[in-house]
Formats: sequence, structure tokens, C-alpha cells
Amino acid sequence: MAKFDPVAVAVFAALFLIVTVMGFVASRWRKGDLTQLHEWGLGGRRFGSWVTWFLLGGDLYTAYTFVAVPALVFGAGAVGFFAVPYAILAYPILFVVFPRLWSVTHRHGYVTAADFVRGRFGSGTLALAVALTGIVATMPYIALQLVGMEVVLAGLGIQSDVMVPGIGMVHDLPLIVAFVILALYTYNSGLRAPAMIAVVKDLLIYATVLAAIIVIPAELGGYDKIFAAVDSAKLTLAPSAPGNLGAQSAFITLALGSAFALFLYPHAVTGLLGASNRRVVQRNAVALPAYSFALGLIALLGFMAVAAGVSTNPAYTEGFARFGNNYAVPALFLQVFPSWFVGIAFAAIAIGALVPAAIMSIACANLFTRNIYREYLDPNCPPARESQVAKIVSLVVKFGALFFVLELPTTYAIQLQLLGGVIISQTMPAVMLGLYTRWLHPRALFIGWAVGILAGTAMVASLDFKSSTYVLDILGMKVPCYAALSAMLLNVVVAYALSPVFNRFGRGTDATSPEDYLA
Amino acid sequence: MDNRSAKGLRLTDLFIAVPFLFLLPVPFYNTLEPAIGGFPFFYWYQLLWVPLTSLCLWVVYRGRKG
Repeated sequence: MAKFDPVAVAVFAALFLIVTVMGFVASRWRKGDLTQLHEWGLGGRRFGSWVTWFLLGGDLYTAYTFVAVPALVFGAGAVGFFAVPYAILAYPILFVVFPRLWSVTHRHGYVTAADFVRGRFGSGTLALAVALTGIVATMPYIALQLVGMEVVLAGLGIQSDVMVPGIGMVHDLPLIVAFVILALYTYNSGLRAPAMIAVVKDLLIYATVLAAIIVIPAELGGYDKIFAAVDSAKLTLAPSAPGNLGAQSAFITLALGSAFALFLYPHAVTGLLGASNRRVVQRNAVALPAYSFALGLIALLGFMAVAAGVSTNPAYTEGFARFGNNYAVPALFLQVFPSWFVGIAFAAIAIGALVPAAIMSIACANLFTRNIYREYLDPNCPPARESQVAKIVSLVVKFGALFFVLELPTTYAIQLQLLGGVIISQTMPAVMLGLYTRWLHPRALFIGWAVGILAGTAMVASLDFKSSTYVLDILGMKVPCYAALSAMLLNVVVAYALSPVFNRFGRGTDATSPEDYLA
Repeated sequence: MDNRSAKGLRLTDLFIAVPFLFLLPVPFYNTLEPAIGGFPFFYWYQLLWVPLTSLCLWVVYRGRKG
């Protein structure tokens, strides 16, 4: 157990209190009728460039990212830096493809990507596949946000097991309290809550990163000393051997596959559709890389942690034993920052968990309500009931994630999130190609999706769910490739190969017209 | 309004491909030298491509606006 530090805890608690108040007050911000799903679940599609920038930044660069990316760099070195080309290449894709999604959803009142697929291909089954994939891929992601929070709470020395009079010993009480508060204001305010809180979160993150890249190198004797402290074999990727493309291939396929997957995630779509017009989406593709730069610097914290020798410091032995390399960054902050700034930095990470967790649960709620509840259970439900169902589902989703983290080993959540990236990529043809063409037949897309999910899961399963880099054998050449990407290519091939066959037997109607994508 | 006039491909649209051209060939930047300010090439090169990508997208954005 880390030492309880009253100053750090006081700063942390004060910031947490501020965002809690903001979360509830947010319901009155840019006031709308919260009994409408697009008001609760998309903030009334009224967020301008700035708010969307904070919202998406807060949404995509999660607490878990800030803990796990430097942890990977700390443990494995250069390969962990794939997060940077990933967080770069996602933006040209966002810029080109997703303004079309914004336009068509705005024209037709769609709230989810699955709504669009339903309208475009006239197939409830394909829409259901897209919706379920989104929900399944997002759930473990929410659980991992809790892991991020757990790490900083332990770093603050906050007692996790608390004796409650009348109930007895409650395990992980602070985590439960934080999540209940989050669940309540999300229920109350919808997407407006994380949008408002994201501003605080992002400012705290930037302040922490700025302090870290100035204070820590000064303490450790400069950047050359930091890089010199790292085993030089870990500073670059292993060069390719004859007949094997090796680590470089793993690195770039991870980056490219993740870049394609990013905006297929429901929480990313929800953040995008909250924008007030398509130019906001484009401007954000230009401006969001600022966060990628911060992410690159945060990744380097992994090397700083190596240079600072946190893993051999007896004060952090217990933290590393409990959280593994995920404890590297908290340990580094505890070692180099004064107490009050530890409070700020840890609050940045904890609040960084709340924002994406809120948006992810809203996104799952939107998917369930639109593409399962209204589609199959209650087709004539009035808008007010639709919004109410979504609010309740957002609670269910969050408590599901909480149960997941508290009752199951953390490795499950990590492995499922790894698999989540592979399966969400299989919605690419229906969603992204669907924005350009309706030539693909929904049944061919469905079979492609199923083949992609099966192949991707089989590849990851063959690696015992520990890695998602599966080595392909292409004409005798060993090519390590991110399973999400290879499965997605297979998926696309199947969809294109089968479409001409199915197209001969006719198809559903397309509710959209070409100009809807440019409006 | 704005984008509807820009249906055809413009010259500035080509900038969208630039980040891919410079980041996909990993062996090109998978080296320690030349280092700058203590940062090995592998790291500063990729960090440099963050603002350069913003710049490329901005060029495309401006090109479509006109």
C-alpha cells in the first residue's frame, strides 16, 4: 500500500468534487428536451468546434491509454510507440470518411452507426450485427477505465476496503462511490455531462504532460540521459530477418489497423455525431492531433520511469506486484512530483477515466435502444420512452462494467478489450464502405462480418488472448500482422466476392440519397 | 453549401495521402541516428509527423473551402 498523502488526496478530492458538480449542472447547459434521445444521447447535436475538440479528446484518449501506453513502452520499448502513428493515421481517415456519416445521420435523424446501416442497406439483421459488435467491443473498454482509476487510487494510498457501519466490510468502496456518482450524472445529463467535464480533464492532462516533460528530464539529467538508460535494443524495432518481416510489420499493422478501428467504436461515433455540422468534424480532424502529440510525450514517460528506476524502488514494490507495469507512471509521478501536483496528475487520470466511461455507456445505451429495443421489442415506442430506456441502459452498462472489474481478474478485461479491437474492425465494410457504395449486398456484408469475427477471434485465441499480432505466412514470407487488419481484409474480400451473387436476387431499399452524404 | 461544390478531386486533396507515405515505410525511420536534443530519430521523426499531419489536413480543408 502506498503511503496515504493528505495533500495529494485533498487536491484530488477537490478536483473530483468540482467535476461532480459540473456533471449535474451540465443538464442545463445548452438546454434541450432531455426526453428526446438525440438530446440526451447526442447533446442535441449542438456542439461546436471547441466543445467537440475537448469532448473527442477526452473521449478517445482515455485514462487506460495514459496508463497502458507508457506501461508498454516501459516494458517492451519501441513497439509501444505504435500508439503515435496510430493516433496520426486515424485523422486522415476521420477527415475523409466521417463527415459523410455526420451528414447522413443528421439528415435522417440517425443516432448510431447501426441506424445508418439499417437505412442504407434496408437490413435489420446487418444493423443488429453492427450494434451488437459495438456493445460487445465497448463493455470491456469501460471496465478498463475502472482499472485506470483503481491504479491511481492505490497510488494515493486510499484504503480500498472500508468498514461501513451496518453493512460490514465493503471492498473497493472508493471505486464504487466514484462510479455511482458518474452513473447518476450521466443518467441525469446525458452527453452534456462528459462534454463539460472533458474540458477540465483535458486541461489537467495538458498541465500534467507539460510539467512531466519539463520537471522529469531536469531531475534525471536531460533526454539523452533518459534514452541512454534504456537498453539500446529496445529503442528501435528489431530489424527484419530473411523470410520474416518481424517487429516492424507488427508495429505498422497495429498502427494502421487501430487507426481504422478508432472511429468505428460507438463512443467515437457518439462524440462525432454530437457535432453541430460537418465542418466541425473536419476542423477536429485537423486539430485533434494535438492530443496525439501529448500521447507521444506520455508514451515517453515509460522510458522516464525506466531511467528513474521506479521498478527497483522498494516503495513501489507492492504497486508493481498488484498492477504490473501499469504502475510505472503512477510510481514515476509519486517519485518526482510534489504532493499537490501528484493530486493534480492523478485527478487528470481518474477524471480521464470518467469522461470516456460516460460516453461509452451512452453509446451502448443508444445502440441498445435504437437497434435492439425499438427495432425488435417496442417498434412503436414514443420518443420519451426511447430516451428513458437509454438512460436506464446506461446505468445497467456501467454497473455491468463495475461488476466485471470487481469480480473477475483484470486480465479478462484486458484480453477482451484486445479482442474488442479485432471485432469492431469487422464493422468497417458495412459502415465505412457503406458511406460510399450501396452496391455491396447486406447479406454479403453480413457473411463477411461473420467470417471476419470468426477468423479474427481464432487468430487471437491461437495466441491465448495475450497478443493480437498473428504471424501470416505469405508465399513463404512470415508477416506478423495485427489480427484486426488481416481479418478485416478477409471480410472485405468476402463481401465483394459474394455481393454480385446476392445482387442477382434483389435487395432491400436504400433510404438515403447521394446528396445526404454531403449535406 | 461549402463542400457540395467540391465534388471533383482537387490537387490539394492529395495531401491526405502524405502522412501514410511517410509513416508506413517503417524501416526508413527505425534508426537511432540522427538524434536531436537527445531524442533518437525513431522518436522525433514520429512526433514531428503529428503537427505535419495537422498541416496536411489543413491544406486539404482550405483547398475544399475555396
